Amino acid sequence: MSEITQTSVDALSANASSRFFVREHHPENGTLLGFWLYLMSDCLVFACLFATYAVLGRNYAGGPTGAELFDLPLVAVNTALLLLSSITYGFAMLEMQRQRKGSTLAWLAVTGILGACFIGFELYEFVHLIHEGAGPQRSGFLTSFFALVATHGLHVSFGIVWLITLMFQVKRHGLTPENGRRLMCLSMFWHFLDVVWIGVFTFVYLMGVLP
Amino acid sequence: MSGHQQHPARSTGHDDHSGSHGHMHADHGSLKSYTTGFLLAVILTAIPFWLVMGKVFDKSSTTGMVLLGFAAVQIVVHMVYFLHMNTKSEGGWSMLALIFTVMLVFIMLSGSLWVMYHLNHNMMPGMMSEETVPESIHDMSNMPKTHDMSGMHDKQKMPGMSNMQ
Repeated sequence: MSEITQTSVDALSANASSRFFVREHHPENGTLLGFWLYLMSDCLVFACLFATYAVLGRNYAGGPTGAELFDLPLVAVNTALLLLSSITYGFAMLEMQRQRKGSTLAWLAVTGILGACFIGFELYEFVHLIHEGAGPQRSGFLTSFFALVATHGLHVSFGIVWLITLMFQVKRHGLTPENGRRLMCLSMFWHFLDVVWIGVFTFVYLMGVLP
Repeated sequence: MSGHQQHPARSTGHDDHSGSHGHMHADHGSLKSYTTGFLLAVILTAIPFWLVMGKVFDKSSTTGMVLLGFAAVQIVVHMVYFLHMNTKSEGGWSMLALIFTVMLVFIMLSGSLWVMYHLNHNMMPGMMSEETVPESIHDMSNMPKTHDMSGMHDKQKMPGMSNMQ
């Protein structure tokens, strides 16, 4: 459709400025929209896992229940870590806007460390659960729990890998427009994972311990 | 696509334009918006944890509903203050994609719960009165604490799997 419009405009006038004027209707940066669409499809992946947990979440098969297993203070610490990492990433983006390379890198490093702590606590929780005999094979509840929470944790882990890669890119090439775009994409990814975590801590942990 | 192939020079120019200037106009938020969002998120996280850990409500259904309400509000806060969602970004396409996704997620979650609730409700042995329970189902109700029938269905479909306990 836009191509047809484009051709007809070209036929009417060979003037470059009028062509530019027509292009103003397009989104300016396709990468961010494309990445947003990826996040939305990722959202559907998590929705499937949430639906599975919603259906199987009370099928304990005589095994341990959420109220017996979940350690809410640990979950609160994890939530705080992820929330803090969200705002430190926001600070990194603000510093990037001001073209300050050093402080951008510093805030990114803080974000990465907070994310790594989150993953560390989550792995500790998983190891603890499996050690207690409450591994994913124990009951439908634990299968869906591990599938959902581990998928989120895997996303955060890949986010950290991406973050480290981008830190090296910024260190080497500076805050170029390309790196700015990459940082924007990771920013969306990181905040999106925090949004998913809201669902996890509310639906899985807090509602899981309710009698 | 063919249009782009015929005019390679023009499409390159377009990419240069978006590459060098496009994202610079993008909204990264301000210190104030990030701080506001963070404070709101902290409050909206702390209250649910307090509600559950302090056992504020007696009925867990009340607590559950309140928790879901807080989660919904907090998701909106994150979307607005951290992800900078508004109706104008990317010419409205990101908002359209978001609305579509929210709709799909809503259908998927409510549909799954609705169907599975009715399945459990109609097939739960305990729901039937004692006289009308056939012998086979009556035996099943003595099985170890299986809270619904979904595990048994699997066994009926796949007899080979029945030793996987």
